[in-house]
Amino acid sequence: MINFSYTIWILILPFFMFLLLGLAGHKLFKAKLSGLLGTGGLGIITILSYITAYRYFFVTGKIEGAFQKITAVNITWLQFTDKLHIDMGVLLDPISVMMLVVITTVSLMVHIYSLGYMKGEKGFERFFSFLSLFSFSMLGLVLATNIFQMYIFWELVGVSSFLLIGFYYQKPSAVRASKKAFIVTRFADLGFLIGILILSFNTKTFDFITLTNPTGTAILQGTGIGFLGLSIMTWSMIFVFMGGVGKSAMFPFHIWLPDAMEGPTPVSALIHAATMVVAGVYLVARMFPIYAISAPVALHVVAYVGAFSSLFAAIIACTQTDIKRVLAYSTMSQIGMMMCALGVASYGGEEGLGYMASMFHLFTHAMFKALLFLGAGAIIHAVHSNYMTDMGGLRKYLPITHITFLIACLTIAGIPPFSAFFSKDEILTAAFHSNKILFGVEYAVAGLTAFYMFRLYFNIFWGKDTQYHHTPHEAPATMTIPLILLAIASLFTGFIPFNKLVTSDSKVLESGLEMMIAIPSVLIGLLGIGIAYVMYRKETSIPDRLATTFKYGYKWAYNKFYIDELYLFVTKKIIFRYIAQPVAWFDRHIVDGTMNAIATVTQVISFRIRGFQSGQLQKYAFVFITGVIMLAIFFIYLWK
Amino acid sequence: MSLGTFLIMRHELLLITAALLVLIAELFWNPEKKKGISHFSLILFGVITIIGFLPSPEGSIFGGMYVSSGTRLLMKNILNIGTLIVFIQSIGWLKKEENVEKVSEYFLLLISTLVGMNFMISAGHFLIFYIGIELAIIPIAALAAYDRYKNKSAEAGIKLILSSALSSGILLYGISMIYGTTGTLYFNEVAALFGNTNLQILGFIFFFAGMAFKISIVPFHLWTADVYEGSPVNITSYLSVISKGASVFILMIILFTVFPVIIATWQKTIFVVSVLTMTIGNLFAIRQQNLKRFLAFSSISQAGYILLGMIGGNQLGMASIIYYILVYVFSNLGAFGVVAAISNAKGKENIDDYNGLYHTNPKLSLVMTLALFSLAGIPPVAGFFGKFFLFTAAAQKGFYLLVFIAVLNTIISLYYYLLVVKAMFISKSDTPIESFKSDISTRIALGICIAGIVLTGFASIIFEVIRNLSFGV
Repeated sequence: MINFSYTIWILILPFFMFLLLGLAGHKLFKAKLSGLLGTGGLGIITILSYITAYRYFFVTGKIEGAFQKITAVNITWLQFTDKLHIDMGVLLDPISVMMLVVITTVSLMVHIYSLGYMKGEKGFERFFSFLSLFSFSMLGLVLATNIFQMYIFWELVGVSSFLLIGFYYQKPSAVRASKKAFIVTRFADLGFLIGILILSFNTKTFDFITLTNPTGTAILQGTGIGFLGLSIMTWSMIFVFMGGVGKSAMFPFHIWLPDAMEGPTPVSALIHAATMVVAGVYLVARMFPIYAISAPVALHVVAYVGAFSSLFAAIIACTQTDIKRVLAYSTMSQIGMMMCALGVASYGGEEGLGYMASMFHLFTHAMFKALLFLGAGAIIHAVHSNYMTDMGGLRKYLPITHITFLIACLTIAGIPPFSAFFSKDEILTAAFHSNKILFGVEYAVAGLTAFYMFRLYFNIFWGKDTQYHHTPHEAPATMTIPLILLAIASLFTGFIPFNKLVTSDSKVLESGLEMMIAIPSVLIGLLGIGIAYVMYRKETSIPDRLATTFKYGYKWAYNKFYIDELYLFVTKKIIFRYIAQPVAWFDRHIVDGTMNAIATVTQVISFRIRGFQSGQLQKYAFVFITGVIMLAIFFIYLWK
Repeated sequence: MSLGTFLIMRHELLLITAALLVLIAELFWNPEKKKGISHFSLILFGVITIIGFLPSPEGSIFGGMYVSSGTRLLMKNILNIGTLIVFIQSIGWLKKEENVEKVSEYFLLLISTLVGMNFMISAGHFLIFYIGIELAIIPIAALAAYDRYKNKSAEAGIKLILSSALSSGILLYGISMIYGTTGTLYFNEVAALFGNTNLQILGFIFFFAGMAFKISIVPFHLWTADVYEGSPVNITSYLSVISKGASVFILMIILFTVFPVIIATWQKTIFVVSVLTMTIGNLFAIRQQNLKRFLAFSSISQAGYILLGMIGGNQLGMASIIYYILVYVFSNLGAFGVVAAISNAKGKENIDDYNGLYHTNPKLSLVMTLALFSLAGIPPVAGFFGKFFLFTAAAQKGFYLLVFIAVLNTIISLYYYLLVVKAMFISKSDTPIESFKSDISTRIALGICIAGIVLTGFASIIFEVIRNLSFGV
């Protein structure tokens, strides 16, 4: 057995970096040095994570054919009573180790990229200190040994996301977006907290190993007792999932994600594409045995929310013109697929295929989506605009970006041998074997994905020859190297044998390509690309004509189905008017009135009793003696 | 009895030695360089504080008159830390022209009171306890009148000595009744012989009133505001933190070990006075303009919360009180440290004077904010955990009503603590306190306070250690 206790440094180091750069960065170091320090620190963590992953997966993790959950570090943080205590620690199991690799890899790429992208920006050190804070929180989230620790880091992730979205705090739109992201996710987290409380009240534990032990007792608690037709366990898991819905921008809490694109592009790549937004998927995967064994209804909710979100987002993505927003909706759509895959899985054996597929897709998605965002960053860097209408013919100016972006687009479209072909294929297979409707939805999403991604690609790199004010030029090496590395990752991560490494019951799962699924899925991908080619390869009038033909549908989708407006209507017109205003009236007149009355009474009383505090010692003595006598009379004669 | 057994009294012996050394230093020190005495005393006391943490033998000597145990050593160490912070804060103030002459006096008197408190905490007999309590209060009266040419300071001194004489009289009267009914003054024997007769309860109430005076519990608190306001700030902070802490410790020990028989009576007593103390302390605090008076009343209401830990008579209660006092040492000394720094540099002590302080002295404002947050009990600073444990301790024994009242009072207190924060951060002022640089010792002391406020909150090990050393009835 190898000792994994060194993994605590994976958490300590970025936190230290955050403090160092955040508190003393602008005083001690020049901007460039703090960037290098942050990147170097993350490099060390990345190496540590790789070593951990190697040792876990290939040396010691496996006992009797199944990967074990290893508590590498555990510290009792708050001991309330003998049973109730909150711990902090590091838990290693296949998904947490996999997430370690994902987070550190993408984060390192983003760090390197930001050295070039953020060069000369005001607040360079601040940016890197926030990145370190984010890495710390995200790593703490995935390594959590118990659900309470996870919740704490979950909120920390939310805070760092808030800070990074609002990085350009002089811009009102960035401030608005950061507030929106924070409030929406925070609202969802309320559900998460309620879920945690119900769950732990029921099972009397926070600890993941105890909670998710499929043969343990905790998992069976509260499955019988019902409330509104569902068991308590199901309710708690639905509430827990609500937190995941918020963080992972699933319908109906997705509205913050497109706005979050106001943050610097590397941030969008790291947080809003590869790591934080998959926290919801990770959460469900972490609690998967409970979902699968004691709360199957909640798992259905996961599946349908995921499937609906993926289709919903894919349709919107087809109409957007801001390239980062297209990518944002694409992220939402892909995460929806992961959720859906989890939702159709069950615990152990063949039926657990969806779980493995979801984790596989999470992994490949992190790589190619980070690549897409970083590529988009390079493009925006070159043309100083977010809108694809301002772009066109960029392949001549940005050759490296062009190639890597193309690779990413092919990957997401599911063309073999790129990585997402394998992972998406597993998802479709899993859906096919459990629910034909969901399979149909996901199949359609696969086609839409290929379409909107190539719509983006052709619009940016081909299409009309736009005249630029100054000739766009390729990004510096600090930005292109991460692109190339991530492109290589997108090419090869598909060959990682996930069925041997990350499965629902940690045992080897036999699965292979099912041609019956694989061939149609490639075909629909090609179809999507083909349509995009016809419509956007050259400047044609087809898109406009289509838009006029389906005027209302297009407008509807373009305006994101008016969900934002719906929220505004509900909050402003209904909640504010019919709930908040009466409450405010009650608050102003009744509560404040009571308080004012108390204050007045207090004033009067304190005016009256001012005499006691007269400064005259003899009066003090009088009060003193009176007090003693009162106490004596009280306790000897009246209340003995 | 070998000489080695005297080592049980290590804390007291060290402090007495230190006091004598300061006295000798005063005699032989070059009169031109009197300032050096303060550094000498500070280092001396720092060494003592560190030695205090070394493992020490436990047990009792003088036939049980003097008792030493892990809990009591811990309490003494907490008091030492607090006193050390007060000393560090005072260095700059002692350098002032009018104080240089009296430097050794200051250290000598403060160390003497600390000796008294240590004896009081280690008492196993009412007489030792009484001597300790007198030794702990009389030198402070001299110190309260330290600025002897200021009327207010002189007034503070005389008020403290007179009212403490009254309270001591009552206390002694109570002890004499206890002696009269049980025939002994040893704690363990009193505990065994104590019954529930009227005379004994009267004795207990007199005793309790005497102690309540030291902790400034309503209605025995009236001296507090005048004395706190009149005394030099450093003395006020010492009074409000160290003196009060020591008295709370010994009251708790005596209640738990000497009077477990009448637990029902003292629980009711504490219930009544703690509600009164919290509420009245808060009511008066709201009206204060002078920050020293403000902190005086805030410390009165804090005493009310502290009583919540005592009422249950449980182990968690004792642990929560010791922990709370530790946190309180850092928070209150932090707040007083800022008040002292500003008062010594600019002579301003009113809340209105602090308007716009954040723009001129951001660091001091932040320290003050953190300290006030801790006093108010806002998470995640240590004060929150302190209050949380106190309330848990009381709730564990079923005093839900009391906890509810305490929570209400916490809300009221939040209002006036935030008033100060508001003054510093939001209110505008035409004549803000100018930007100034406080001296190095103040900054060190405030740094220790901030570190304490943050660390005691997060390092759960501290509470664990305290809990393992605590005991219940």
